[in-house]
Amino acid sequence: MFTLMRNPTMRPYHDVAREMSRMLDAFANRAPFDSMFDAAVTFPALNLWEDDHKVFVEAELPGVAAKDVEVKVHGNELHIFGKRESTSGDKRNFQRQERVFGEFSRMISLPTPVDAEKIEATLKDGVLTVILPKAETAKARKIAVKAV
Amino acid sequence: MNCGTMTKCETPASTVEQARAGQTYVPRVDIVEQGDEMLIFADIPGVTAQNVDIDFDKGALTITGRVPQRRNGHTREVFSEYGVGDFRRTFQVGDGFDASQFHAEISHGVLTLHLPKAQSLRARKIAVKGA
Repeated sequence: MFTLMRNPTMRPYHDVAREMSRMLDAFANRAPFDSMFDAAVTFPALNLWEDDHKVFVEAELPGVAAKDVEVKVHGNELHIFGKRESTSGDKRNFQRQERVFGEFSRMISLPTPVDAEKIEATLKDGVLTVILPKAETAKARKIAVKAV
Repeated sequence: MNCGTMTKCETPASTVEQARAGQTYVPRVDIVEQGDEMLIFADIPGVTAQNVDIDFDKGALTITGRVPQRRNGHTREVFSEYGVGDFRRTFQVGDGFDASQFHAEISHGVLTLHLPKAQSLRARKIAVKGA
């Protein structure tokens, strides 16, 4: 189970911890290792970008079935949640275990109002992409300047 | 680069031979012994069967997954919590495996590699003869 909370006031400390972890890891081509700061990390990580008409949200969810992910928009909040089932088989014979399984939940505020009726979410090759058309009121528009 | 449990890890620069621009990432793996084979499960989201290479040379097994850019260049980043790039990881494989029988499949961004054990190392039942 890795439903986690984000506390923005702690963010700078986690960033420093992450950087230290990165430097330690940079010595070898080795497994990512756990640190005490992991509890501050949210899953799945999200990337968000936009153009004039749409907002795009993406998450890496390898091995997650489409039926196990839900995407909801309520007002200005986007909620992505679901579960990742273990596919690695018999737990007794693990030689190495780095992949995590369980329930996940992320909620983020969208940068602009969106048209909730026209949201599309696709899961392809383990990558979730949510495309949210901006609400008419939020679209950038060019204002014609009249000569008088 | 954070190498915690739930985040994506960049490949340390010292171990990468860069074939093209961009950062590469170390996929998370599970390694499980199951019956007469060792299984490696690797998370390589965004990689299709056409874009994965598996090389085995002198005991080193290397997985490379090429990840096409997914974001259109005409867009603006609002925030980014992970990087997108190719995946690469190398494993040392002992002598007890039959390299000619290695095979793999990929599904929903998870690569499953099957490494069958050499005949001589497989568990076997010894028949006990009556006198």
